[in-house]
Amino acid sequence: MTSMILVFCELKDGQIRKPSLEVLSEGRRLADAAGKQLGALFAGASCAGSAEAAKYGADVILTAEGPALTSYSSDVFAAVLAEAVKSKGATVLLAAATAVGKDVAPRAAARLGAGYASDVTGLSMVDGKLQAVRPVYAGKAFATTSFASAVQVATTRPNVFPAAEKAAAGTTEALAVPASDFKSVVKEILAKASGKVDLSEANVIVSGGRGMKDGANFKILEDLADALGGVVGASRAAVDAGWGLPHSMQVGQTGKVVSPTLYIACGISGAIQHIAGMSGSKFIVAINKDPEAPIFKLADYGIVGDLFEVVPELTKAAKAMGIGSN
Amino acid sequence: MKILVALKQVPDTETKIKVAADGRSLDPADVKWITSPYDEYALEEAIRIKEGKGAEVVALSVGGDSVKEVLKNALALGADTAVLLKGDGQGDAFAVAQMIAAYAKDKGFDLILCGNKGLGGDNAAMGPMLAELMGIGQANVVVKLELGEGTFKAEREIEGGTEIVEGALPAVITAQKGLNEPRYASLKGIMAAKKKTIEEVDAAPATTGAQISALALPPERPAGRRLEGDAAAQAQALLQALKDEAKVF
Ligand SMILES: Cc1cc2nc3c(=O)[nH]c(=O)nc-3n(C[C@H](O)[C@H](O)[C@H](O)COP(=O)(O)OP(=O)(O)OC[C@H]3O[C@@H](n4cnc5c(N)ncnc54)[C@H](O)[C@@H]3O)c2cc1C
Repeated sequence: MTSMILVFCELKDGQIRKPSLEVLSEGRRLADAAGKQLGALFAGASCAGSAEAAKYGADVILTAEGPALTSYSSDVFAAVLAEAVKSKGATVLLAAATAVGKDVAPRAAARLGAGYASDVTGLSMVDGKLQAVRPVYAGKAFATTSFASAVQVATTRPNVFPAAEKAAAGTTEALAVPASDFKSVVKEILAKASGKVDLSEANVIVSGGRGMKDGANFKILEDLADALGGVVGASRAAVDAGWGLPHSMQVGQTGKVVSPTLYIACGISGAIQHIAGMSGSKFIVAINKDPEAPIFKLADYGIVGDLFEVVPELTKAAKAMGIGSN
Repeated sequence: MKILVALKQVPDTETKIKVAADGRSLDPADVKWITSPYDEYALEEAIRIKEGKGAEVVALSVGGDSVKEVLKNALALGADTAVLLKGDGQGDAFAVAQMIAAYAKDKGFDLILCGNKGLGGDNAAMGPMLAELMGIGQANVVVKLELGEGTFKAEREIEGGTEIVEGALPAVITAQKGLNEPRYASLKGIMAAKKKTIEEVDAAPATTGAQISALALPPERPAGRRLEGDAAAQAQALLQALKDEAKVF
């Protein structure tokens, strides 16, 4: 049996989530390099929509379907992942570093007696084994991680690996759902009203800091984000200032780690804890009236000026140029 | 109710990172060590449960003599007892989870609290691994926790919102910012902690899952470009540059 690289994929409304397509594509690349098969694993009450994985390179599509998997449960899903690895003789298990991926993958790794690397930004196969590169120490260093275990488990940071279509056979196979007693289970999802993408998956982020002076002023950032097809984030200083901004908007060490193509920091000084969350952005723009602000050291493009003048001009110019996110 | 809080000693974020001569570890010279901030939320939650409904709080850390600082601080904040599990607390999350599981297994803990990730290593793995090794439930990245009779209800962060996880105790809960506001140690607490001893236990042998084979500093970001002119001109120049040079749009 050719050994397999197995990718745990998440479905939302019958569609494979974008971070899962990214890890599937990376899995295909690794499988090609190492002469392995690529398996895409789905679990849920229904796995309708899983066939799409064939377009992104899955040789085999494994589905674990049943009422026991209606709600997400870390212990039951970890059992499904571990069983799939064992039954297919997989040596590598990958998932996206999403809320679910980071919840289930380390648990599945422990079940398999396997090493685990979280939130990786680079993967390769070296002598038939996985090697992972991941940012550590607030992005001030990169650690190459190698595995001591036969099975190797990793989650990939969203928005880092490109999702690329590459058709494969996509033969489907149903898996048995392990019996389990649900040690913990998700009862309810309290979603935010906005239908916008989460910061962790956004391609364009317009962030505001203490320089915004007040929560109501974030409206100008919303306008710019809308014009650029992006979403709005914030520094901890802004979130903690009592301006009514939710913690889910916070970018940084104790907030979200983001990796957009474009990050626009408005009135943010660039403290190390903020940088920890956004230094993986491809392009960084800083708008700050203090020419000495540390954020400028990181910025590809710097605008020294008053954000209350610059941001509306940007929105105006973006609209005039007919720019929207790709 | 008996609560275990697992605490990790980590380099302060402000620490300048230097790679040691071995090319794969952190040069410990000039590193300032602190309790991982997420663990502070975990400890605070344990103390609040103790104050609310009564509980025995055991603080635990894996490491050498230096992590006694972390434990002393936990005692000063209100932990009843402290355990130093002598072993490599800076290494692989899987190994650390095994050591803690081996220690905690037969001690009758109703709840295990820890940070959702250790600052710096950012693996976010120890908690869920510990839960699996102990065969108990988990809720990660938790911003709200309610305990019932032998049950828990936790609100955890997910993309675009939060979700409610329910399960049976014992369970592992990993804390996120927002769970509470950690307190500072009082002088009374600090004095009381001085009288308490830290129990030292050799950690059980553990297998390594993954290890760092190389540690490198990121490449320097090329110097950025300052845009000139008034606000309108800067805005125009920025969008043009993003379009033409960066090809963002
Ligand atoms: C344990 C710990 C964890 C932390 N985690 C995080 C985290 O996750 N995320 C985070 O962001 N921070 C975090 N911090 C806080 C961090 O250290 C900084 O305090 C914070 O990032 C500062 O936010 P700021 O840049 O918005 O505010 P400030 O540092 O006050 O900067 C405001 C900036 O706005 C500029 N400005 C003001 N008015 C204008 C104007 N009209 N036009 C243009 N510019 C203007 C000023 O020049 C200044 O540079 C953490 C701290 C600790 C100790």
